[in-house]
Amino acid sequence: MTSKVEKWLETNTYHHGEFWDILKLVELKKQQGIKISLCIPTLNEERTIGKEIVIFRSELMERYPLIDEFAVIDSGSKDKTLEVAASFGADTYRAKDILPSVGDKPGKGENLWKAIYQLKGDIIIYVDADIANIHPRFVTGIVGPLLLNPTTKYCKAFYDRPITYSTGVRASGGGRVTEILIRPLFSLFFPELAALIQPLSGEFAVRREVLEKIPFPIGYGVETAHILDVYQEWGLDAFAQCDLDQRIHRNQSTTALGKMSFGILQTFLNRLKRYDMVDKLPELATLYRQFQAEGNRYDLLEKAIVEYERPPMISVPEYCNKFKVQNTA
Amino acid sequence: MPENLSTILDLIPKHREALQPLREILLANAMMLGEIPAPTFGEQRRITFLGNRFTEEGLQRISIDEVAGNCMAMIPGREGKRNILVCAHSDTVFSQKVDHAMSVTQDTIQGPGIGDNSLGLAAIATLPNLLNRLELQFSDNIILLGCTRSLGHGNLGGIKFFLENNTFPLHAGICVEGIQLGRLSYSSVGMLRGEVNLNMPSEYDWTKFGATNAVTLLTKIVQGIQSIPIPTEPKTKIIFGSMNTGTSFATQPTTASLRFEIRSEADGMVTELRNRIADLVEEVATMSRTDISLTVVAHRKHGGLEYNHPMVKCMRKILATLDVKPHIEPSVGELSELIRQKIPSVTLGLTTGQHKNEYNESIDIQPTFNGLSQLVALLKSIDGGYCDDE
Repeated sequence: MTSKVEKWLETNTYHHGEFWDILKLVELKKQQGIKISLCIPTLNEERTIGKEIVIFRSELMERYPLIDEFAVIDSGSKDKTLEVAASFGADTYRAKDILPSVGDKPGKGENLWKAIYQLKGDIIIYVDADIANIHPRFVTGIVGPLLLNPTTKYCKAFYDRPITYSTGVRASGGGRVTEILIRPLFSLFFPELAALIQPLSGEFAVRREVLEKIPFPIGYGVETAHILDVYQEWGLDAFAQCDLDQRIHRNQSTTALGKMSFGILQTFLNRLKRYDMVDKLPELATLYRQFQAEGNRYDLLEKAIVEYERPPMISVPEYCNKFKVQNTA
Repeated sequence: MPENLSTILDLIPKHREALQPLREILLANAMMLGEIPAPTFGEQRRITFLGNRFTEEGLQRISIDEVAGNCMAMIPGREGKRNILVCAHSDTVFSQKVDHAMSVTQDTIQGPGIGDNSLGLAAIATLPNLLNRLELQFSDNIILLGCTRSLGHGNLGGIKFFLENNTFPLHAGICVEGIQLGRLSYSSVGMLRGEVNLNMPSEYDWTKFGATNAVTLLTKIVQGIQSIPIPTEPKTKIIFGSMNTGTSFATQPTTASLRFEIRSEADGMVTELRNRIADLVEEVATMSRTDISLTVVAHRKHGGLEYNHPMVKCMRKILATLDVKPHIEPSVGELSELIRQKIPSVTLGLTTGQHKNEYNESIDIQPTFNGLSQLVALLKSIDGGYCDDE
């Protein structure tokens, strides 16, 4: 399996620099006769939304017609998110006004799900609204692999951590929740998925044929559910991932990450139930998978972590003899 | 001449409206350029971005010179007998380490260097698109230039190199600054930028009566400069730009530096003040037995167009049409080199803004369309021959 994962890493992991030629992406889109939609889900993002819209509209709609449709779908911002977005020419929607017949649920996943109904694209790109260093690569990097390879259905972004290393080799990890919760869970239950460097990143591009067939948790678990469901249905080869270099955004408190982890864990356990895995757990893996990056090459690091368990001391005869107690275990 | 000056002026409001759809392209250029750090001597990445924009716009003769790193491109004219230079400096006062992230509201953009001079450079990058949108073609060639090494120690190195090596005779020049709208510079002020560096000898006897340190010595120099009489005519001033010395509360500082600028409408006055400061520095150095040096970092000569020069008159009429009050100020930037080369030129600003050269520098978005239509009108006026000296 390791060789399969390593091969996948080699063929399906990209760097945004490979997609610098936006004109080429536009040509690929035209050749394939498809439309591309961009969705930015928002909730109180007035500080960063304006710049995202100006740069995406200018570079990816007016200068190069890569994006055919661009919408901001809002969860009920109390600030001026929608006014700012509209003032720079974005189509703006409140999630509650889309598909009113199904009601309204609070959460980012709701916006992502309703975007499938509202937008017309054959590929939908989702980009979070809180990115301070927004750049066209946040779109071209994740849509590029889908345009390049018809079998790729779902492309995730990942990022460098802005830390320097004296050796030139750096640990290339996800955020705190990824490293503490998701990667250990994937390593145990779905080892191939540990090859995704940042499974929780909010920037991803997906084909409609996939989006319309998967359920959407509306809260913290949406990214995790997507990955598990797409993997179950289409396997690892349906995924690609792209290095977008640095992403500057708000840092969340540990308390907020705790809430996020709780939501993700619910989703994960629900998926185990849905896949009928609760009573039929696979043999638990003992290899933990991490990554290191050197330049643009990503190497899988496998560490055997065996949690050997000792029995209760009272079951050890020498102990019973010494302390004159009976083995009651 | 295809249209007379009053027709050019009459078309300004129409052009201003026609440029509105280019807002996102202009602002995106300003932010993407502005988010690339470009301290003086470190402008390469920003210049490369500008060069890529020129390529995307299909311009001619695109080149980045190998010595100063200026980026040039040409919008060819119908006849191409004359060349009009439109330039903007690409460097900023902010170091590589400063967070250059820009933020946008409905009305403003905020970020280090957005007004000085990311917006000016963005106007150069957007100009070809802008002229296409207005369906304008000029008789003259327009030479677009992103200049390097403009500020501080750069001492206008970029434009100097360009003018020394340029093979296209320049008929006129326009220097574009992001802020402030209404700026009208048509003369170069006499200027000298100096740096005083002070080093106490390592064997200095701190216990000696009257012992001093770098802070007190530098203060003495500043006080001495302040006591030099400054004339009101010709207009003259000395600006203390920065002082650096000391590290804590009680450690005797042994090094200090002072940066200052002398500006005067008379060259002789600049030289006279420089000599007086040099004497003062020498006196303090001798009295304190300290190593103090005065270095001249940059020097400009006074000169320029007259107030009634046709180009200045045109600019005043253009600003009046836009209902913008002209703010006349002499320049120490690229304009002074153009004037030195006897190329009739002005510097103009594109929009209003605040906190120039501070981390929270900002520009107002909407007035930019006044600024751009002003630039277009001036180009048309030069192209039409209305700015030529009779």
